[in-house]
Amino acid sequence: MSIDPYALTVNGREHEISEGWPGESLLWVLRERLGLPGSKNACEEGECGSCSVRLDGEIVCSCLVLAASAVGQEITTVEGIAPDGTLSDVQQAFVDAGAVQCGFCTPGLVMAIDVLLDSDTDPDDLTVREAISGNLCRCTGYGRVIEAVNLAAASRRGETDL
Amino acid sequence: MTIATSLEDACCALASHPDALVLAGGTDLMVAVNRGDLPVHHVVAIGRVPELRGWRREGDHVRLGAALTYTDLLKPDLAVLQPALAQAARSVGSPQIRNTGTLGGNVATGSPAGDTIPVLAALDAVLELRSASGTREMRLDEFVTGVKRTALEGGELIEAIRVPVLDGPQEFCKVGTRNAMVISVVSLALVVDRSGRTVRVGLGSVAASPLRATEAEAYIGGHLDWDGGRPPSAEVVDRFTELVVGATSPIDDHRGSARYRRHAVGVLAGRALARAVGAA
Repeated sequence: MSIDPYALTVNGREHEISEGWPGESLLWVLRERLGLPGSKNACEEGECGSCSVRLDGEIVCSCLVLAASAVGQEITTVEGIAPDGTLSDVQQAFVDAGAVQCGFCTPGLVMAIDVLLDSDTDPDDLTVREAISGNLCRCTGYGRVIEAVNLAAASRRGETDL
Repeated sequence: MTIATSLEDACCALASHPDALVLAGGTDLMVAVNRGDLPVHHVVAIGRVPELRGWRREGDHVRLGAALTYTDLLKPDLAVLQPALAQAARSVGSPQIRNTGTLGGNVATGSPAGDTIPVLAALDAVLELRSASGTREMRLDEFVTGVKRTALEGGELIEAIRVPVLDGPQEFCKVGTRNAMVISVVSLALVVDRSGRTVRVGLGSVAASPLRATEAEAYIGGHLDWDGGRPPSAEVVDRFTELVVGATSPIDDHRGSARYRRHAVGVLAGRALARAVGAA
């Protein structure tokens, strides 16, 4: 049984979703219907944060958003945070700090850190750790991730260039 | 699929589809949907209903819309009125979960481990339920009838939750394996009502439904130095924690043993009391 077609606004573009299944998560629609595989699919229960996207600006797990309920909301995925072929400041900081190992958690972490730095360009260590507490990384031990946050934060404060 | 834009809209949709899934934040519901445990036919999404997203002070109470998110509960103007609720909200999940999960959803899920449940129990929260045929009110302990079982009827939703604004310190404590993304092994809320000269204690994850430690409350209420403000003696604290432990009926499960839970709830009771009224 499919549901009536509906439209989602992803990275500033409107997409028509037809022949959707009523229980489809936003993560599934992004990856399998819209060809946006940047948001990763792992736990499907909000535990790992690898599917993190911005919904009307706020960070959420796209696996826990019913796709058809997001009509009329602004969805931003990791594909939408910098023009094609370029890196956002947070992504560049990840490269510079060596904060990527297997890379699976990276898009979710980048989204969570982007949200943090939008409201606080000088976060202390505990604030950073709380902001990324919903994003599991099993490789880095978070040390270089936090280093990347500090690099990106310094750049947003205008103290350094990335 | 109905994306309700008003309370009336939501009630009408539920009246025509009484078996519809009510979707607020989705942090519990979508886990079951993703697992394939929950057949999805009609969904009524209530997360964007303005009447459910706000809160207001009504005399000596606060009326909280059921679709307030945990992030909303953390905002300073509300947190200052309901500090224990804010502490509990901050212990939920992660920023991602707190941005979507709702107060009403926590109650409607009816899990013994729901983080706001012990706080709402301690505050004697009253639920306002609504359907197309009218409204009714219910106390939290009448509403949650067992593990993930509630008195909510088909076609009905939680509209608001009323809690008193109390004069006195409030504490929420929770035991889990880490600070974030943890389902409580034991939780406890302790609120002091200076004008009523009572201490109220709500307990989580130690019984099938919301639980108050009434004997412990009566005991400590009678042994606090309400006028002088001197902290209770070690003997009084010991007796208080003993009575809190005695109120519980925990089970063994994959998150912890009954024995551990009894021990931990006593530790939390002593800690919350010391934070609220000091220690001798």
